[in-house]
Amino acid sequence: MSKVNAILQGTLNWVDERFPLTSNWKAHLSEYYAPKNFNFWYFFGSLAMLVLVLQIVTGILLTMHFKPDASLNASGVPVAFASVEYIMRDVPWGWMIRYMHSTGASAFFVVVYMHMFRGMLYGSYRKPRELIWIFGMIIFLCLMAEAFFGYLLPWGQMSFWGAQVIVNLFSAIPLIGPDLSLWLRGDYVVGDATLNRFFAFHVIAVPMVLLGLVAAHIIALHEVGSNNPDGVEIKKKKDANGIPLDGIPFHPYYSVKDIVGVIVFLMVFSIVVFFMPEFGGYFLEYNNFFPADPLVTPPHIAPVWYFTPYYSILRAVTYPLFGIDAKFWGVVAMGASTLIIALLPWLDRSPVKSIRYRGPLYKGFLAAFIISFFILGYLGMLGPTPMRTIVAQICSVIYFAFFLLMPIYSSLDKCQPEPDRVTSK
Amino acid sequence: MSCDDTVDCGRRRLLVATAAAGGVAGVAVAVPFVASMLPSERAKAAGAPVEVDISKLAPGEMMTVEWRGKPVWIINRTKEQLAGLAKIGEKLADPKSDKNMQPEYAKNETRSIKPEILVAVGICTHLGCSPSEKFKTGAESGIDADWPGGFFCPCHGSTFDLAGRVYKSKPAPDNLEIPPHMYLGDARIVIGEDKKA
Repeated sequence: MSKVNAILQGTLNWVDERFPLTSNWKAHLSEYYAPKNFNFWYFFGSLAMLVLVLQIVTGILLTMHFKPDASLNASGVPVAFASVEYIMRDVPWGWMIRYMHSTGASAFFVVVYMHMFRGMLYGSYRKPRELIWIFGMIIFLCLMAEAFFGYLLPWGQMSFWGAQVIVNLFSAIPLIGPDLSLWLRGDYVVGDATLNRFFAFHVIAVPMVLLGLVAAHIIALHEVGSNNPDGVEIKKKKDANGIPLDGIPFHPYYSVKDIVGVIVFLMVFSIVVFFMPEFGGYFLEYNNFFPADPLVTPPHIAPVWYFTPYYSILRAVTYPLFGIDAKFWGVVAMGASTLIIALLPWLDRSPVKSIRYRGPLYKGFLAAFIISFFILGYLGMLGPTPMRTIVAQICSVIYFAFFLLMPIYSSLDKCQPEPDRVTSK
Repeated sequence: MSCDDTVDCGRRRLLVATAAAGGVAGVAVAVPFVASMLPSERAKAAGAPVEVDISKLAPGEMMTVEWRGKPVWIINRTKEQLAGLAKIGEKLADPKSDKNMQPEYAKNETRSIKPEILVAVGICTHLGCSPSEKFKTGAESGIDADWPGGFFCPCHGSTFDLAGRVYKSKPAPDNLEIPPHMYLGDARIVIGEDKKA
C-alpha cells in the first residue's frame, strides 16, 4: 500500500512542478473558507453549474442529429423540424436527450432566478461583490440569448414567430433599427439564413462567452469570499492562522452539502423529463408542434415562461413619448427592466446587507416587487385585453419603483443592528 | 512622456505606431466579418415580383399570397365595407395615410388602386406578427360591440380597419404597408412591381 501511495505522491509532485494542481485545489476547494451558516438558498449556485454541464453534454449529442435547415424535405416539412422529430422517434434515446435539454432550459432559469433572489435577500451584490453581481448579470443576459437562439432551432410556429417578434424589437431603434434587424436576420424575413446563424450562436458563440463569464464569476467570488445569510464579513474575525473563525473549507463540507441538493434536484428534474416534459405547455409550447409557417401567425403567441415578465413590460407601454412611437419605448422599458437589476449594488444604500436585519420599508418593497414580477409573468402568457394591459402597467410601475426608489427607502429604513459574527442554530 | 535614461523614445514611438497599425488592421478585418452576416446575393435575388389571378375572389373574401417570404393579403371589399371606411376616421391613428406606408397611387381613403381591391402586406407594423382577419362585425367579432370589421393582431392586440389603417392607442405605430403593385388587365395583379410602362 505504501508503495502505491509513494507512486501517487510522486506523480502528483511531478504534475505540481509543471502545473499548479495542488495549489489550485487548495485555493478553490479544500482551503477555500466559506461561511458556516449557508442555508437552502445556497444550493442554487452549484445547481446552475450542474445544469450548465447537462445542457452542454445533451446539446453536443443533439447537434449530432439536428439539421439547421429551413428548406422543405420531400414530404414538404422543413428539414430542421423533421430532424427534431427524427431525434424524438428514431434516434436511440433521442427523446430522452432532447427532453433533458428542453427541461434543462427551464430548469436553468428556475435555478438562476433562485440564485439571483438569494443575492437580493442577503445583499450579496453589495461591496465588495459588485463585480460578481455584474458578471452574474451578464451571464443572465447570455442565458436569455442562449434560450432565445435555441428556441428557433426546432423551427416550429412558436420558434418562428417568437424570433420574428424579438428580431423586430431591434427595428424599433431609431435610424439604424431596420438595418440592424435585417443584419441580424440575414434576410428580409426570418428564414434559412436566420436559422443557420442562430444555430451558430446557440452552439458555439454564446456558450464560449458563457463559460468565460462563469469562470470570471467564480474567480471574483473566491477573491473576495462568499457572503452569507447574515450579511456580515467572516474575514473580519480570524484565528491565529488567518483562517476566518466562521469559515469552513468548501471541500468537504459544502461539496457534500451540495450533493444533497444535486440529488433532490435530479429527482425533480427526472420527474419532469420522464412524466411531464412539456409541463402543460409551459416548457414546450403546443404551437411549436406545428412546423413554421411564415404566412400564418398562431392565434395566441406567448414567449416561454421565463421571458414573460419582461414581455409584459414590453406590451404595457402604449403611449408615444417625445415624438417617438410607443413601440420604441416598449423595447426600451423591456431592456431597462433586465439591465436595471445590474445596478442594485449602487441603488442599495442600506447600512445592513441581509434581509434579516432590514426594516419594514425594504421588506414591503421587496414583497411588492416579487408579487408584481409574478403577475407580469402570468399576464405575459395570456393574450392582451384592455383590463390586463392596465394591470400590467401598474405592475411595471411597481417593478421599476422597487429599483428607482431604492436609494431613498433603503436609507430611510429602520434596520436592526448586524451581529458581529454569523449566527447559527 | 519624458525622454531620459529609462525611456527610449524612438522605441516607444515605434511601439505606438505598431500598435496603431495593428489596431487599424484589426478593425479593418471586422468589416468583412460583419458584412458576411448581411443578406446574401441569393437572398436579395429571391425578392422577385409575384403574379396573382384574382378572378375568383368574391366580394367579402380575402386571399393570401407570398411575396419576399411575407404574407400579402388581397381583399375584395363589399360596398358596405367600403362605406364603413369613411365613418371611423377619428378612431384611427393615421386616417389619411400621411405616413409613407404606401405608394403614391394608394394614398387615398381606400388605400388601393381599385377602390374594392386592397393589396396589403399582412405583417403588423409593431413586431411583425401576421394579424388575423376579423371580418365579422359587432360583438360577434369578440373585439367590441361596434367593431366594423378589420384585423386583430394576436401578439400585442393592435387592430386595423379594412384598409389596413391602425387604430389609435395601439402598440403598432403605422398603417399596414401597401406593397408596390399594378394590374395586368382586370383580374391579374403583379405584386412587387409598379412600372407605369
